[in-house]
Amino acid sequence: MKPIIKTTDVVKRYKSGSGDIYALRGISLEIIEGQFVSITGRSGSGKSTLLYQLGLLDHPTSGTIEITGSNVEMLSDAERTTFRLHKLGYIFQDYAILPSLTAIENVMLPLLMAGMTDAQARKKAAEALDRVDLEDRMHNLPSQLSGGQQQRVAIARAIAHDPSIIFADEPTANLDSDTSKVVLDAFIELNREGQTIIMVTHEDEYAKLADRVIELSDGRMVGDTVIS
Amino acid sequence: MPFVALARKITRLKTDIRVGLFLSIREIRRANIWTTLLIMVVMTLTFLNLTVVGGILVGLIEGGVRGDRDRYTGDVIVSTLIKKDYVEQSQEIISFIQSLPEVSDFSPRYLSSGTLQTGYKTRSDPSEKLDQAGGVLVGIDPIVEARVTHLDQFIIKGEYLEPDDYDQILVGQNLLFKYTPIDSPGFQNLKDVDAGSKVRLVIGTSTREVTIKGVVNAKAGNIDQQIYMTSRQLRALIGRTDYNIDEIAIIAAPGVDPKTIQLLMANQGFTDLASIQTSDEALPKFLRDIKAVFALLGNIIGGIGLVVASITIFIVIFVNAITRRRYIGIMKGIGVNRFAIEVSYIIQSMFYAVFGMLLGSIILFGVLQPYFDAHPLKFPFSDGILVATVLGTGLRALVLFVATMIAGYIPARIVAKQNTLDAILGR
Repeated sequence: MKPIIKTTDVVKRYKSGSGDIYALRGISLEIIEGQFVSITGRSGSGKSTLLYQLGLLDHPTSGTIEITGSNVEMLSDAERTTFRLHKLGYIFQDYAILPSLTAIENVMLPLLMAGMTDAQARKKAAEALDRVDLEDRMHNLPSQLSGGQQQRVAIARAIAHDPSIIFADEPTANLDSDTSKVVLDAFIELNREGQTIIMVTHEDEYAKLADRVIELSDGRMVGDTVIS
Repeated sequence: MPFVALARKITRLKTDIRVGLFLSIREIRRANIWTTLLIMVVMTLTFLNLTVVGGILVGLIEGGVRGDRDRYTGDVIVSTLIKKDYVEQSQEIISFIQSLPEVSDFSPRYLSSGTLQTGYKTRSDPSEKLDQAGGVLVGIDPIVEARVTHLDQFIIKGEYLEPDDYDQILVGQNLLFKYTPIDSPGFQNLKDVDAGSKVRLVIGTSTREVTIKGVVNAKAGNIDQQIYMTSRQLRALIGRTDYNIDEIAIIAAPGVDPKTIQLLMANQGFTDLASIQTSDEALPKFLRDIKAVFALLGNIIGGIGLVVASITIFIVIFVNAITRRRYIGIMKGIGVNRFAIEVSYIIQSMFYAVFGMLLGSIILFGVLQPYFDAHPLKFPFSDGILVATVLGTGLRALVLFVATMIAGYIPARIVAKQNTLDAILGR
């Protein structure tokens, strides 16, 4: 089994008036392709910060990160954007879909950016929305969708371009328990199909749905449990 | 390898533009209709400010310039050289002009200085100063002059001259107090005189009592300060028995550049006998200076309007981008290039600019210009029109377009280049 992500001694330090604040203190880990990993911990433990480093949304202060064998620290900002476009999928806490685009247009956006024609992007986006049971809502604007439906649009957008890894930052934070279950079921289904998923959550119950739970506390990895 | 890199760059640029277009079309289509309308109205008004204000300022003078050409000088004016008393070999020049297919019509004129006097019958004391006004006396063939300069259309009181009229004159309104009520020692005009009045005409040492047959108001050049009579009578009064005239107003045939006629005449050596000028060259210097100053004023006012429009677009796009900062961050997060995002804002700015210019052009060429042509602004020395050439308007439209694009690009760039994570988290 080859690691899809490998980090070595990743440190994230913020400058502050009262001294340096360490959000991550030497995180070293490997994530295997096809794993569904939960990152848990209390508020301020550094779990979202770790996700941002792994997802190339932020630069670590020190340490190295390899994704699919590439040392991503060497990439420029523009190259990181392109890398994210082709290799990574994101699901943010509060859906984060664009209000001026319909569900299908939201899903089409990264596909068009990847160079697909309008027809190709539309077909692929429709398939992705179909996978999250939103085929009958694809022409609705976000304002015409419920929170759960919006999050499923975000999932469709994250999976449409067949990324190597999907990152989800507290994807159920703004959802009720029934809707959360629908979203998590979608993750489990995707993972069964071989998709690597890294999900940040502070809810133990949801974390345990993953194959592996990494626990952080005060910027340090304090637990790494593989769930059978 | 460089070719491959270039091809890749071009492909990426095309993709960025395509995605920018995709985003901007949807942004415009789903934007608040009232906000969009407001921006479009601002752009339309800016465009009109840019074209109309300058156009009217220039048009006030242009009306006078055109009036001078249409009502007096024609397209080319042949006049007496400064050191001569008249145009020598006039008949030879006239014969040549007559033979030119480039000439549509022409009017030869005799000129002399003359003074009109009134009150000479009623004064009791011979030492009492007479009411008098001086002006250039122009001898014309009434039929030819009416054909060439339409002088007959500018008679505001009385009647136009007939070819057989004798001791009958037309007087420019500036010589009559009734029409130009200026009472100043430095400005001479005749009081209690109108069409039908008898006045004394003094030319050198000879005097004649003549009747004012009509009053002229042409609002062009010096016409309103001149005295007209038939060339037959003026020639006799000034003793010009050789038929040498003082000036010729020439109308070019349709489509003929006046400079062509000027050149043809110069090639015949007529420049040694007379001054040959196009109407533009013959324009009084003060008119050219005023025209230049008004054009400058128009450009300054238009320039201020352009800056205001640019700031408006900047604010609109900046507010739009700053309120959507998080979405811009998310777009970058999911892999949308910064340039594609910037392009979407540039296209939105271009849309506002193009719409404003189109609506502005329709109003300018479809409403305002025909209106001012039909109802000129009444100015003391001209009938002001709205000057808006397609080239000049196009140039201003281009300036507005570029300014709007820049004004849309800068705020989009400021917001789009912010740190992706900071934008997403609203930090």
